[in-house]
Amino acid sequence: MLKLSTRTFSASKVWLGYSLSLILLAVSFTLAITLGSVQVPFKEMLHIFWGTLFGTNGEMDGMLRTIVIDIRFPRVVLAALVGASLAIAGASFQGLLKNPLADPYTLGVSSGASVGAVTTIFFGLTIPGLGSFTLPVISILAALITLIIVLTFARFVERSMKMETIILTGIIFSSFLGSILSLMIALTGEELRQIINWLLGSVSMRGWDYIKLIAPFFIIGALLLMWNARELNAMAFGEERAQHLGVNVQLRKYVVLASGSLLTGAAVAVSGTIGFVGLVVPHMVRMAWGADHRHVLPLSILNGASLLIVCDLVARTIISPTELPIGVITALIGAPVFGLILIKKRQESRG
Amino acid sequence: MLKVENASGGYGDNTVVNGVSFEVQKQEILGILGPNGSGKTTLMKMISGLIPLSEGFISFKEKSLKSYSAKQLAKEIAVLPQLHSHAFDYTVRETVSMGRYPHQKGMFAPWTEKDEAAVTAAMKQTGVLVYENQSIQELSGGERQRVFLAQALAQEPKLLLLDEPTNHLDLSYQKQLLDLLKEWTRTHELTVVSIFHDLNAASLYCDRLLLLHEGQMVSLAAPGDVLKKETVERVYRASVHTQAHPELPKPQVTILPDYRQQEQKGITKELFQITSDHILLTAPQPLKTLSSAVIGAGLGWYRYFINRHVPMDYECEDSYRDMSDYAERYGWNVADSVGMMTAVKVEDVVIKELYDGELSAVIAVTAGVGNAVDVSLAHERNKEAAIGTINIWIFVNGKLSDEAFIQAIMTGTEAKVKALQHAEIKDPDTNTLATGTSTDSLLVAAVQSGSEVQYAGPITPLGKLIGKGVFDCTTEAIKIYLERKKKY
Repeated sequence: MLKLSTRTFSASKVWLGYSLSLILLAVSFTLAITLGSVQVPFKEMLHIFWGTLFGTNGEMDGMLRTIVIDIRFPRVVLAALVGASLAIAGASFQGLLKNPLADPYTLGVSSGASVGAVTTIFFGLTIPGLGSFTLPVISILAALITLIIVLTFARFVERSMKMETIILTGIIFSSFLGSILSLMIALTGEELRQIINWLLGSVSMRGWDYIKLIAPFFIIGALLLMWNARELNAMAFGEERAQHLGVNVQLRKYVVLASGSLLTGAAVAVSGTIGFVGLVVPHMVRMAWGADHRHVLPLSILNGASLLIVCDLVARTIISPTELPIGVITALIGAPVFGLILIKKRQESRG
Repeated sequence: MLKVENASGGYGDNTVVNGVSFEVQKQEILGILGPNGSGKTTLMKMISGLIPLSEGFISFKEKSLKSYSAKQLAKEIAVLPQLHSHAFDYTVRETVSMGRYPHQKGMFAPWTEKDEAAVTAAMKQTGVLVYENQSIQELSGGERQRVFLAQALAQEPKLLLLDEPTNHLDLSYQKQLLDLLKEWTRTHELTVVSIFHDLNAASLYCDRLLLLHEGQMVSLAAPGDVLKKETVERVYRASVHTQAHPELPKPQVTILPDYRQQEQKGITKELFQITSDHILLTAPQPLKTLSSAVIGAGLGWYRYFINRHVPMDYECEDSYRDMSDYAERYGWNVADSVGMMTAVKVEDVVIKELYDGELSAVIAVTAGVGNAVDVSLAHERNKEAAIGTINIWIFVNGKLSDEAFIQAIMTGTEAKVKALQHAEIKDPDTNTLATGTSTDSLLVAAVQSGSEVQYAGPITPLGKLIGKGVFDCTTEAIKIYLERKKKY
C-alpha cells in the first residue's frame, strides 16, 4: 500500500511540475507583452491578440497593436525558442557527459557557433539553395565541429573525462574562439558596437524572419532528444553501463551530440551567445522534479522559454531606454549557479 | 551456454588477455580469479561486448556474440560493474527501472505489469525496496551496490556477469548476495560468471574457478584443484596456508604474515596456580592446543587452562554453559580458555617437568579411578557414567606439526593405560584390568616456537618425554588418590 501511495506521489509531483511550468510560461509571456516603455493593459493585450487572430481590427489602438504584434510578440517568441533550445541542449549534454556543469556555453559550443555565424555575416556567405538558412546551417556545423574537437581533446587529456576536465577544455576553447572573433571584428573595423552587442546575445529587433530560421531546427532537435530520453537516463550512469543495459551507445551518442549542436547552432545564429541558460534551467528542474530525462527534457523546454522571456524583459526595462544585452542578465544568474553546482559536486565527491 | 575460444584482446595494441578458452554451463557459477593486472576485468569486458577481440571467438547460446544487438544482448546478459560515480539524483526505483530498458519496445514504450513485477521483485530480493524513493546519492556504497544488482536482476538475464560483487559489502550482505546468486542459479536458471578478489568466498560459492595470471589461464577446475598452496603462492606471490572449510569440503586460503611472533616464553611448573577449587595455568601467550575438554575443545589457540573441582554428586544439564560461567566469573575470557572438570581433589595434582636438550614438556595429571573401566569390555556395561576422572595436561615447549599433536595424544593415552595396569587398577564391574575411566580428558598444548617436532610417537624425543612423564605422573596421582581414599 505504501508503494501505491508513493508512486501516486511521484506521478503527481511530475504533473505539478508541468502545471507550474505552464503557468510560469503564461505569466512570463503576459508580463513581457504588457510591460515596457509603453504599458499595455492586460485586457488590451487579449483584445489585440483576439482581434489579430480573427481579423476584427475595428476599435484597436493602432500604436498598441504595432507594439504588441509587430515588436513584442515576435521578440517574446524568439526569446522563448532560444531559451527552450539552449535549455534542452544543456540538459542533454549533461546527461550524455554525466556532467551537471555541461551546457552549450561552458562546453565552448556557443563560441564555435558564433565563429560560424560571424564568418557567415562578415563574408556574406550564402550556400546555394539554402538562402537565409545559410546562417543557422553554418552555425550548426561550426557548433558540431567545436563540440567534437572539445570532447576529443578532453578525452585526450584524461580518458575518464572528469567533470572538471571537460569544463576546463570548454573554457580553453571558448577563450581561443573568442579571440578569433575579436580578431575578425578588429580586422573588419566597422560596426563594432553592434557586433559586440550581438556577441553578448540579444533577441531584439529580429522579427519573424529569425523565428522562421530557428523554429524548424528547434522542432527537429527537441524531438530527436525526446526520442533519446530513456537512453540519456542510462548514459547518465556512464557509457559502459548504458551499453550493458542494451543502449546502442555509439548511435545514440551521436544523435544526442548532433541534436544538441543543432539546437545550439540555431539559437546562436539568431540571438548570439547567451550563456548559462542550459546550465541553470535543467539544474532547477532536476532539483524540483527529479532526474528522469523523460521529464527533465520537456520541463527544461518550458522553463528555458520562461527564463529567457523574463531575462529579456529585465534586459530591456531595467535601465530603460537603454537595452542591456540579454547575455548579461543570464550570466548574472548563471555564473553563481555554476559556482553552487561546483561546490555541491565537490562536497558530494568528498563525502 | 557461453563459449570462449582462444580469446585475446586488450586496449589498442596492448594485449591484456591472451588465448583464454573456457565454456560455462547453464546454471553454473564460474569464478574468475587472479592478481591485480592479470586481465580479469578485460576478459569480463570482452564477454560483455565492450571490448572487441583481437583473436578468437566468443559465442553465447551457440550464436556469435557479435551477431547480437546491444538490446538483444542486454536481455540475455546483465553486468554488475564495480562501483562508479554518477552525476544525478535518480531515485532507487528509477535506477532499478532502467534495467527494463532492453525489454521495452519503441520510443514511448508503455510500462507493463511485467516490468513492474520484475522491478519490484528485484528490489525485494536485494533488500532495497525500503529505499525505493530515496536518491541513490544518499545511499552507502553497499546499498548502492545492491541497487545496481537489482537493476541487473530486473533485466531478467540468463547470464549475469559480476565484477567483484562483494566489494563494499559487509559480511552479512556478502553472504546474502552470494546466497541469493546461488539460489537464482537454481530457481531462475541463472548462470553466473564473476570476478572475485576474495579467494575464500569464490571457493565456497563457485562451481569452478578460472585462475588468470598475466593474461593467461593458469587453471580451470573445481575450487579444490585450483586453490592449491603451490599454485596460489606462485600466482599471487604471497605465502599462504590452505586448509579445508570447517563445514564444507572446500579449500580456504589463509595468508601467512611475514612478521613472526615474538620470542615465546616457555611453560614451567611455576606457572601453575592451585587452589582447592581449581588448577589454573595462565600461559604467557596463547598456546596451540588440541584437547577433549569441556570448553575450548578441539584445535585452537588458548591462554587459560583450567581444571575445576566439582563435587562427587555434580550433575548439570549443560556443563558447557556451567563451565563457561565459571570461567567468566573468574575473569578468564571464555574464547581463550580450555576448561576440564574433575571430582578429584585438585590439590593432589602431580606436575613434572621433563627435558631433552632444547625440547621440554610439563605434564600435569589429576587422577581418580573410582570409575575405572576396561575399554575392551565396556560394551557389557549399562551403568551411568559417574565422575571419576583422569585429566592429563601435556604442555610442550616446541613447535609441533599436526601429526605430532595427534601422536602426542596417542602416546599420552598409552602411557596412561600402562600406569593403570602398573597400579593394577581393575574395572569393578568386570574385575579385569582397567584401561582408563569413563570420562577421561587429555590436552596437548604447545608454544609453537623453538625446536620443531614433526612426530611424537613413543620412540621420538617428545614421545619419550610424554611416555615417561605421563606414566610417572599418573602412577603417582593414583597412589595419592588411593591413599586419600584409604583415610576416609
